[in-house]
Amino acid sequence: MSQGNMNLTLKVWRQKNTQTAGKFVTYKAEGISPDMSFLEMLDVVNESLIKKQEDPIHFDHDSREGICGMCSLYINGRPHGPKRAITTCQLHMRSFSDGETITIEPWRSAAFPIVKDLATDRSAFDRIQQAGGFISVNTGGVPDANSTLIPKVIADEAFNSATCIGCGACVAACKNASAMLFTSAKITQLGLLPQGQPERWSRVQAMVNQMDEEGFGNCTNTGACEAVCPKEITLMNISRMNNDFFSAELFREEHTHDGGGNG
Amino acid sequence: MSLNANIPQGPLAEKWSKHKFNLKLVNPANKRKYNVIVVGTGLAGASAAASLAELGYNVTAFCFQDSPRRAHSIAAQGGINAAKNYQNDGDSVYRLFYDTIKGGDYRAREANVHRLAEVSVNIIDQCVAQGVPFAREYGGLLDNRSFGGSQVSRTFYARGQTGQQLLLGAYSALNRQINLGKVKVYTRHEMLDVVMVDGHAKGIVTRNLITGDIDTHAGHAVLLCTGGYGNVFYLSTNAIGSNVTAAWRAHKRGAYFANPCYTQIHPTCIPVTGDHQSKLTLMSESLRNDGRVWAPKTVETAEKLRKKEITAAQVKEEDRDYFLERKYPSFGNLVPRDVASRNAKEMSDEGRGVGTSGLAVYLDFADAISRMGEDTVRAKYGNLFDMYYQITDENPYKQPMRIYPAVHYTMGGLWVDYNLSTNVKGLYALGECNFSDHGANRLGASALMQGLSDGYFVIPYTLGDYLATIGPKPVDKNHPAFAQTKQDVIDNVNKMLALKGTKTVVEYHRELGHIMWEYCGMARTEEGLTKAKAMIKELKADFWKNALVVGENEEFNLSLERAGRVADFIELGELMVTDALMRRESCGGHFRLESQTEEGEALRDDEHYAFVAAWEFKGENQEEELHKEELVFENVKLTQRSYK
Repeated sequence: MSQGNMNLTLKVWRQKNTQTAGKFVTYKAEGISPDMSFLEMLDVVNESLIKKQEDPIHFDHDSREGICGMCSLYINGRPHGPKRAITTCQLHMRSFSDGETITIEPWRSAAFPIVKDLATDRSAFDRIQQAGGFISVNTGGVPDANSTLIPKVIADEAFNSATCIGCGACVAACKNASAMLFTSAKITQLGLLPQGQPERWSRVQAMVNQMDEEGFGNCTNTGACEAVCPKEITLMNISRMNNDFFSAELFREEHTHDGGGNG
Repeated sequence: MSLNANIPQGPLAEKWSKHKFNLKLVNPANKRKYNVIVVGTGLAGASAAASLAELGYNVTAFCFQDSPRRAHSIAAQGGINAAKNYQNDGDSVYRLFYDTIKGGDYRAREANVHRLAEVSVNIIDQCVAQGVPFAREYGGLLDNRSFGGSQVSRTFYARGQTGQQLLLGAYSALNRQINLGKVKVYTRHEMLDVVMVDGHAKGIVTRNLITGDIDTHAGHAVLLCTGGYGNVFYLSTNAIGSNVTAAWRAHKRGAYFANPCYTQIHPTCIPVTGDHQSKLTLMSESLRNDGRVWAPKTVETAEKLRKKEITAAQVKEEDRDYFLERKYPSFGNLVPRDVASRNAKEMSDEGRGVGTSGLAVYLDFADAISRMGEDTVRAKYGNLFDMYYQITDENPYKQPMRIYPAVHYTMGGLWVDYNLSTNVKGLYALGECNFSDHGANRLGASALMQGLSDGYFVIPYTLGDYLATIGPKPVDKNHPAFAQTKQDVIDNVNKMLALKGTKTVVEYHRELGHIMWEYCGMARTEEGLTKAKAMIKELKADFWKNALVVGENEEFNLSLERAGRVADFIELGELMVTDALMRRESCGGHFRLESQTEEGEALRDDEHYAFVAAWEFKGENQEEELHKEELVFENVKLTQRSYK
């Protein structure tokens, strides 16, 4: 079925579930076409494993368009593989050479427990968003969309942060397993927009607290997160978050005139 | 038997307002006594779950992905329509209604479509209030672009990632309600059945995809927001996980499946490279605003291009056929998707296709780049160009893109009435999962509109009417139907795990896809469909004999997950073919070669087929029974669609 002529050796992390220990297992990937995506190459390997009644390699994936953020994989020591600004599903085998050995690992972070093989549990990211990554508006009863003017540069910059896909590469690449790039992207998006101002200070505090509670590390300005981010979210987001976090101390409700009381 | 769609009486523009007034309300103190189950967390599911929780209902939501943010709505690129008329170019609610009815080739309900157009304006307001960073002009106002099937600019967008931004907006609203304790989300859970108690849907059975635990969940109502079934074709622009299982199992419990043969083939996708291909990637329709579609005028030139003896840039202007501009001067490259797709196929069928397979035409930006400059083109479409480059290794700034149609969206789905209720009481279907608003062809930038319309602005009203009727008495999980349905699911899982044949479920899926694409794709015939039906029956029998499923239930098991989905796709495939055979006319995405105009356009037969086909499941391996909902057009005149 496959029409390619690349032959590769894969060293893949296999782990039955969160509780058991894992290990590297070596597989041959043969007849691989350079036009295949990395995940399609794994599909070929999995089909051959199933044919032998063996357990296929479990990895997360869904849209395969670089947008859902579900795929992950640490490939040859780099999240999402050797190319910049793309996810694993957009990585094609033409980026590798015939005969190469490829090491494939899951995201490595205590806050992302391994579910099975290469799939991890990233629900900590959801909990950070649940802590405050929103604007408190109910459906209906909102003003006309054009009643608030937003300068194009601000809207564009907010978009640049909003483009985060929540894949977790930033955490995987960071020596401290910090989630600050991820958290700061949402804080920056909403903090830049006029709609996000009313909850700006409480949001940053809630999200940062949750981030700490999940066990993510701190930022020491190495910039590995920025380098591997498939959506090229910049360190500027972290600076903005830090700035807001410190400002938030000054604007805390209990420090304001009426103490945010019941009125 | 005819179906009652519960369309309100009165003039078209007043139906929804009047209906909202007539619907029963649940008083605020009682809302917290109800539990609503929402399956799927895409645009329809997330917006419904959040909006219902805001009203005070308790919501339990489910998704098979590892986070609700990953539902496939996220991949929608181009934009979302709304009749804001911000551009002062003649748009109105009525025009959006009209364009949608016409674009759907007069196979949608007038009342539903008008409501969709009405609430479209609220959606944009809502999303902006949530902080969705739509594209803006320098003055700070929202920007618009145009899309196929329309002559006004009413499409709001966020670069080429509109679906992502809208979904993250709905996800943020959902997160707020999770934080407030009003929504509980179960991720990595797949719905495998509906629990029916005395003719009402009262719960679901799910499988935890990590542990294999099979559990029941009770609710006063069940909302299916589980997307479309394009993956029945194996290759489509859907996510790998997108499936019909939830909708199909509901169908087998009594919910009618409507217009299954209406599928949309999107004209601008990246062509297939080989058998290893696992999915197809769409290039947004918005590209047709500035890109020009062409094929070489002669087979000889095409031949040289296929053999790479010459490049596209070397083909002289007079040797190119800009076939959409030539055939449809008033809409040009912006004809609706079904028309553009069929024309591309025609080029390839005539031997004028390009690329090594010959299954492609060009989408060329050379003119746009010389007119606006590369930087402007990059600002508008940069992420799409990058994606194309990654996948094909060809630079679209330097040479035209190669595109070919691919399955993208399914207009058919569970039959619902005006209230989005299926014929099963308490069971609702929202978004792409239902059949309701797009007729036989969906216009670009209308899927996002419908998903959010259903979730934010329709179901919060219509569901209350049902809930008020049944009352807030808790659902009794000790009813034997819960244990029985759970046992049925366990039996089905065990049946699949016992399959120890020689062919993988992926191989069956691919085979099904070939049959569907060949005989139930862009062009369908009586002969081909009849043949396909027999082939699918054979495939099904073979699946239950020779399929190979590995592993056990009590683990993360990709092989088992896929087996269940493929088994359901095979059954759905047969129903699609049955529906396509029954409908001896062409309309929108359903093109019967026997029914075309002299110019090769879809030829409807309004006298015999102006109805919704709703199919009832009659038991395993039985022919399904057809129920018709006659479509009544009081406001638009049915005409032969023309985009010339």
